[in-house]
Amino acid sequence: MDTGTFRGLITFMLLVAFIGITWWAYSKRRKPDFDEAANLPFADDKDEEEIRKQHAAQEEQTNSRHDGGDKNI
Amino acid sequence: MAAIEYQTELLTCIIKRVAAPEHNATGYPLTAFDGNIQMNSALEHPTYNYKVVRQFAIMTVVWGIVGMLLGVILAAQLVWPQLNLDLPWTSFGRLRPLHTNAVIFAFGGSALFATSYYVVQRTCQVRLFSDKLAAFTFWGWQAVILSAVISLPLGHTTTKEYAELEWPINILIAVVWVTYALVFLMTIKKRTTSHIYVANWFFAAFILTVAVLHIVNNAAIPVTAMYSTSLYAGSIDAMVQWWYGHNAVGFFLTAGFLGMMYYFVPKQAERPVYSYRLSIVHFWALIMIYMWAGPHHLHYTALPNWAQSLGMVMSIILLAPSWGGMINGMMTLSGAWHKLRTDPTLRFLVVALSFYGMSTFEGPMMAIKTVNALSHYTDWTIGHVHAGALGWVAMITIGSMYHLIPRLFGQVQMHSVNLIAVHFWLATIGTVLYIASMWVNGILQGLMWRAINPDGTLMYTFIESVEASGPGYFVRLIGGLFWVTGMLIMAYNVYMTVKRSEAIRQQPAPQAA
Repeated sequence: MDTGTFRGLITFMLLVAFIGITWWAYSKRRKPDFDEAANLPFADDKDEEEIRKQHAAQEEQTNSRHDGGDKNI
Repeated sequence: MAAIEYQTELLTCIIKRVAAPEHNATGYPLTAFDGNIQMNSALEHPTYNYKVVRQFAIMTVVWGIVGMLLGVILAAQLVWPQLNLDLPWTSFGRLRPLHTNAVIFAFGGSALFATSYYVVQRTCQVRLFSDKLAAFTFWGWQAVILSAVISLPLGHTTTKEYAELEWPINILIAVVWVTYALVFLMTIKKRTTSHIYVANWFFAAFILTVAVLHIVNNAAIPVTAMYSTSLYAGSIDAMVQWWYGHNAVGFFLTAGFLGMMYYFVPKQAERPVYSYRLSIVHFWALIMIYMWAGPHHLHYTALPNWAQSLGMVMSIILLAPSWGGMINGMMTLSGAWHKLRTDPTLRFLVVALSFYGMSTFEGPMMAIKTVNALSHYTDWTIGHVHAGALGWVAMITIGSMYHLIPRLFGQVQMHSVNLIAVHFWLATIGTVLYIASMWVNGILQGLMWRAINPDGTLMYTFIESVEASGPGYFVRLIGGLFWVTGMLIMAYNVYMTVKRSEAIRQQPAPQAA
């Protein structure tokens, strides 16, 4: 096998691998897993909620003009 | 129930941290904030190492200002050459590599370290593999930058573009980078989530590829303490250099920042990425194709013609994965477009994607040999680079920093959202001024250089094309000034955010509301 044929085969294998990855990524079976993965950036949202609450509490303490009535809006 | 569990976990972690306060060491100024974990658990996170992220985030802003200021000085030198002060250390040829190294490796590098360490911890739900090694990457990387700041103006250079630093510094870079790879990949290995989030795939590809690129391209024989010769000869040296050079664009300035995009765009838009499937195809397509695009930097040179054509074809194919990623980022906003009206941070991220789409369209076009015959060696190339560097890299970085910095300092948002909006407009107008003036200059230069009289002689001398470029250089300088002004506003905003965080911590802890 000469170098040219070898390179051609490598290219062909890469093409097949790529089509394989695409087929795998778009198969229905992967959907639930990917949905889970896509939500990973939001795994720590409760964490941030904590900070937000702390800040709100702090503001309530320091802000005398705060109108408790607006909670009903 | 989950909330109670979380509270208990938080408490145990805080107790552990107070009992063993080993993370309050070293002399970095920010350690002043590290002592009060009991009062505000948000600053010293119970699980994550935010200290190294904070250090890199602050240095991102600092090096951004330094690097862009150098760019403005160089732009001014091209309008008024006497500004080089007739000194070797301040001449264009020595400051230019300092500018590129400062913006790419100091500003961009610090941003990539900061965001990758932040994202990998949060999406793997685990602390960094090693605090000590992470701290080593911070101080090591700053040492690399400092040696660049000293050695480049002194005239030490390998002459390889974007790889100018001499061999002792290159060894330090290699050591720091391998440590970075170790910290990042081992953190992924000990993750508590089952998936590796797509952003981490991009960060990992960026780290591994840059290690390979750096080590192969800088293979050299040391001659003296600050001089070496490349291991490769002739056109092979040129090809290795641009294999490195274009993949530095592809992996340092693209894959790494795409990692940023895949985390911060969904976060700021408060919705998951448009298509996770597309992101996987995007990843594999991008890393498979980018590797082969380098020869387009060597059109019409001693490089074999087939290699040039191959580079051209692969560059054109590259449009597909680039736009796949851009569309994936953009479409994440579907149903949330109204947020752009009120959220300048999101505006930064989305406009970055627009510039990414624009420059990854422009790039393949410029890689076509006949277009390249006009554009190569002209200011069009500089304009194209800055459409990517300012429009994409800097804007996605700044957007990410405006999301990241308040969270790192236990805040909900930056000190002033209005100042973010001001920064956004300065950056956008600055970029447009920059690239538009360089388009005009580039096409003007290309046409003047190829204009031929009926008898076959050149119609213009080279200096005539330089003279004609004057107005464009001036407009570019104004664009650069817009950018530096924006960065200074950012620095002020960051300073106030950190200061406020400190002030809050000095108040007694609030009662649970």
